Amino acid sequence: MTRAVRLELNGVEVAAVAEGGENLLTLLRERLGDTSPKAGCLQGTCGACTVLVDGEPVLACLMLAEAADGKRVTTVRGLADGPRLHPLQEAFMDGFAAQCGFCTPGMLVAAKALLDREPRPTREQVIEAIAGNVCRCTGYTPIVEAVLEAARRMAGRRG
Amino acid sequence: MRIRKELFADERDDDLRLVGRPVRRQDIEGHVTGRSTFFADHPVSGLLHLRCVRSTEHHARIRSIDTTAAERVPGVRRILRWADLPKKAHNILTIFNFGIDDEPALADGKVRYLGEPIVAVLAENPRAAAEAVAKVRVDYDPLPAVFDVEEALKPGAPLVNEYIGRNWFRYWGDYDCQQIRFGDVEAALRSADLVVSGRYQMSPIEHAPLETNGCIVVPAEDGRFTVYTCTQGLFFSLDNTAAQLKIESNRLHFIGGTVGGGFGGKVDTVVEPLAVLAAMLTGRPVRYVFSRAEEMQVSSPRGAERIYIEDGVMRDGRIVARKIIHYHDAGAYSRLSTYGTIKSAAHHPGPYYIPNVWVDSWCVFTNRTPSSAMRGFGVTGGDFALESHMDVVARAIGMDPMEFRIVNAYRDGDMKAHRKLTQGAALIECVQVAAELAGWPLSEEARRASSRVGGGGERARIPPTPQSRTRAPAAAGRGEPLRAGVGEARRGMTPPPSWTGGQPATAPAAAEPGRREPPLRESERREPPSEPPRSGSGHGAIRFSSVFGSRRR
Amino acid sequence: MPLEVRTTATLAEAASLLQADRSARFLAGGTLLMRAVNEGDVSFSTIVRTTDPAFARIRAAGGRIELGAGVTMAQILASRELAFLHPVARAVGGPAVRTMATVGGNLFAAHPYGDFAAALLALDARVQLASGFGAREVALDEFLASRDRTPRPLVTALSFERPSDPAAFRFRKMTRTHPKGAAVVTIAAHVPTSGGRVSGARVALGAMAGRPIRARGIERALEGRPLTAEGVAPAVAAAAREGDPPTDALASSWYRRRVVGVVLRRLLLGEP
Repeated sequence: MTRAVRLELNGVEVAAVAEGGENLLTLLRERLGDTSPKAGCLQGTCGACTVLVDGEPVLACLMLAEAADGKRVTTVRGLADGPRLHPLQEAFMDGFAAQCGFCTPGMLVAAKALLDREPRPTREQVIEAIAGNVCRCTGYTPIVEAVLEAARRMAGRRG
Repeated sequence: MRIRKELFADERDDDLRLVGRPVRRQDIEGHVTGRSTFFADHPVSGLLHLRCVRSTEHHARIRSIDTTAAERVPGVRRILRWADLPKKAHNILTIFNFGIDDEPALADGKVRYLGEPIVAVLAENPRAAAEAVAKVRVDYDPLPAVFDVEEALKPGAPLVNEYIGRNWFRYWGDYDCQQIRFGDVEAALRSADLVVSGRYQMSPIEHAPLETNGCIVVPAEDGRFTVYTCTQGLFFSLDNTAAQLKIESNRLHFIGGTVGGGFGGKVDTVVEPLAVLAAMLTGRPVRYVFSRAEEMQVSSPRGAERIYIEDGVMRDGRIVARKIIHYHDAGAYSRLSTYGTIKSAAHHPGPYYIPNVWVDSWCVFTNRTPSSAMRGFGVTGGDFALESHMDVVARAIGMDPMEFRIVNAYRDGDMKAHRKLTQGAALIECVQVAAELAGWPLSEEARRASSRVGGGGERARIPPTPQSRTRAPAAAGRGEPLRAGVGEARRGMTPPPSWTGGQPATAPAAAEPGRREPPLRESERREPPSEPPRSGSGHGAIRFSSVFGSRRR
Repeated sequence: MPLEVRTTATLAEAASLLQADRSARFLAGGTLLMRAVNEGDVSFSTIVRTTDPAFARIRAAGGRIELGAGVTMAQILASRELAFLHPVARAVGGPAVRTMATVGGNLFAAHPYGDFAAALLALDARVQLASGFGAREVALDEFLASRDRTPRPLVTALSFERPSDPAAFRFRKMTRTHPKGAAVVTIAAHVPTSGGRVSGARVALGAMAGRPIRARGIERALEGRPLTAEGVAPAVAAAAREGDPPTDALASSWYRRRVVGVVLRRLLLGEP
């Protein structure tokens, strides 16, 4: 049984039809064409599909697509401000915080959820914030550094 | 980080422009913006979803497969079986004329490991595929299974792979294992001050890439197929897919290169042949992606390895003999383990000058998940054993482990067991720098040692080498008694059961006493193949020489 | 058969649907059920969910705390009145899982999960259930013992007494990875003291059996004893006799039996 789902994706009103039992990840990737959240495990253990729903991090693979009806969804594609990348993205690029790149979108979204709530996080808070995001290329140290660096840059910009 | 440019400065142009400096990856902007295109990110509509029925047995004959109920599930389009395969068995190295075609892409009437694919369901959506898979009935006749390399080599062990015909891979026509013979190890062990033996075991390791193995195949114009894939070896997988499907390789267009983590786990070309076949037979685009559970259970891991080492050592720290038996658990099929075994033999006895070396490296088949490539496979397990053993031996003779390595390290001009002269040795300098960084005190003599001094001369000689060929136990007799390890040297490790009392129970160790095999005739003598020396790169010398000879400019 | 999702406005309607259709399963946070869907579990063809506000309501003002079964770990962490439960909620998954995972769902989490359920056991929680026949309430340990029976009643809420002394409630989870990892052993304990001696101890163990369990042997061994190294020694010794610890990828049964006493001692003595 199909269901129409309307949501705000990275600031744009969109609508799609979901199959019965379809998850938000499939809706985003296959119906709405945003392939930035990745399917790593479909079990809720890897974090590669992390997106923000009404500002809170969720695992798109475990969320029923129709439960996102009427919500605000943010993926990594919503981080940049036009051509200007988000400081997190810049810091990830400068700090070599991605290797194969498969965990990166989820990692960035999880980090954004943290910085939205806590603009000056401690290292422990950063580690906690990305605890549900697995990086198999073992790049955690540069990732944590990059999030801290992004926080510093953002604080600098705010003056 | 500091680069030690003062070392070997005269051998290298000081033109390092990138090493030691931050560099932005060329693909990183795509990664951070979510625009990098992995195989699953290509938009394809009208897909059929492929899902395999997998063996619930480790080893069994298949009496029957009933797909009647599965075919009736709405949305199911086709079920592929072994009979549909153009090539009934395949190995990915046979495209290079190495090895034996030993693995059917779908079960051939027998399953040899837990999770082996039996039939493949093609359905309009993942749920229909799952429903059909649940409805396929497989009637098994379970067979005894073997999970241990040494058990598999015993006479009477269950035969795992009929294509191979025995539970070990036979090299170069007539060798039951890959062997190295250099000097007279038995004599050197007898005359050594101390003999120290050890047993080392590695478990299989799964690569666990974040992106599971998978591909999407789209029938294209002119009978061609576009394959979006996560393979690490794009053209290797293309050629292997063409070979398995018995089609010209120009009918396949592989698109990939952006791999969500590989580590060696994405070269086996397991998903592409079935998916292309499915697309050929249905005329539809097909998607075949491992679930996380499949990735963990059936994608090939690094294999289990068991390594026995017996060292003869003198009180002054010189290792005079090293005898190694190295077992590789290939699992049920060859994949790349036949090659990994060669690599292990090529890597022994480690980066040390030892005048008497004896190595048997076995590629053994068991009913475990087929193992294959992973980051230095063959070498990594051997290094774990060798370097663990170096510490054990150093302790046994009361020598500092760093100095023990410096004493035994290859130096330029030394003859290796593989009959290559050492060039560009650098282990001594590495140990010196490591000791310095760790604040580890070294003696004046060890600090003064150099890879360029002390090698060659007598050490460049190929010693007289009695030839002996190891036979699998079914064909060969029990080994000559091996002396048990020194008591103190065995501290902290379990003595290998097959070696205690000098009675190797499983005995692929040495020729029968008094019945040593005659030396090989010249025509029979074959050296393990080695890569030709490569020319140096433009950015200074590469001082790496443990296996394939010098690559220093 | 394709999946069908039925969304109800009230818990009672959801309970009726579940009662009527044995192949229906209830969706709360999704961390268990959507995983099953993704992995091709075709044992059910209907998903029932509810938008009933009572399902996600926290009542924590008084001495008796009531949590709607749909309350998430993130909601617990956002509630100042439930500060004593923050370490428990933080032990569940990473931040994204905590946005989704519910206290009711945690009762159904298979080994080695179910840390929140272990804490609720130590709090002597009661489970409110709804079925087509109406509502009823059972003790949590009784509920857990039969949680896999079908048809499953709908868990609507959980309730328990607020510990009079927050320090009397203790929780510790031993994992192999940090900060997020599944349990080698989880221990939740409510150990109020009177005159320096434990009185009315309740101890629950996670990952020490197929489901979270009350550790009555530990409780008996603690009764009347001071929380000193000597005082807790009998309880530490008793820990190894509790449950029937499974062997899994994280730890062997043998190891769990060996380590549970160590974790218990550290928990009771407040050692790091």
